[in-house]
Amino acid sequence: MDDFMSYINLGTAFFLLVSMAMMLGRLLLGPTLYDRLLAVNSFGTKTVLFLCVFCFVIGRPDGVDIALLYALMNFIATIAVLKFFRYRALDVSLAESHISKANAESEGA
Amino acid sequence: MSLLLAAAETGQSASPDMWASVLHGLSILRNIAVIICLASGLFFVLAGTFGVLRLPDFFTRLHAAGMTDTLGAELIMLGLIIQDGFTLLSLKLLLVSFFLLMTSPTATHAVANAAYQAGLKPLIGRYKAPSPTDIKEEA
Repeated sequence: MDDFMSYINLGTAFFLLVSMAMMLGRLLLGPTLYDRLLAVNSFGTKTVLFLCVFCFVIGRPDGVDIALLYALMNFIATIAVLKFFRYRALDVSLAESHISKANAESEGA
Repeated sequence: MSLLLAAAETGQSASPDMWASVLHGLSILRNIAVIICLASGLFFVLAGTFGVLRLPDFFTRLHAAGMTDTLGAELIMLGLIIQDGFTLLSLKLLLVSFFLLMTSPTATHAVANAAYQAGLKPLIGRYKAPSPTDIKEEA
């Protein structure tokens, strides 16, 4: 019965890898920046899932810590890339950028 | 299970063999629950991936990826937690699934908001998939 469950885990890991490969297709095809960003974000989520399932396949629980770290890194990386492509700089605080944007709009009007 | 019921009816105390068979039955039930969780989670993850590849517009792709990734990830994590039982590894998996549940919709919202603010317009109206003749006419 344990052998059977390990095959189930192996199949889950394999189909997660297939799903990640298909997501790479959208990353390469994506017409806009946001399509690519969406693909990267989804790829990261699937990587976390794959790490957790693969820990069960090889029988070593160490990878779950890495998966936890990867889940947090993935979120922060997405937000950082979005902020960079909106303000073209990473050292702008979000509060300041909102104030400067409001000033620019009032000057324009 | 039936052995235990028979023992209860005849008033005998359950022997270790009977408890072993009960535990075996419970582990089969647990494995069935794990298989259901993993299979439905995989279904949602693969459906979301097909949606991201096949849908016509950025916002529809975001819809497919954002919703199915959240539910599929939670289901796969639930399957692994049931498979492991009450251990420290289960606590870590619960933590990972909690962070995924918090960050995945937030990231989806951030991407959608950024795209809309940047002026990417959603596709409005009835969408007609390109047929082979259209592609020939363009070429």
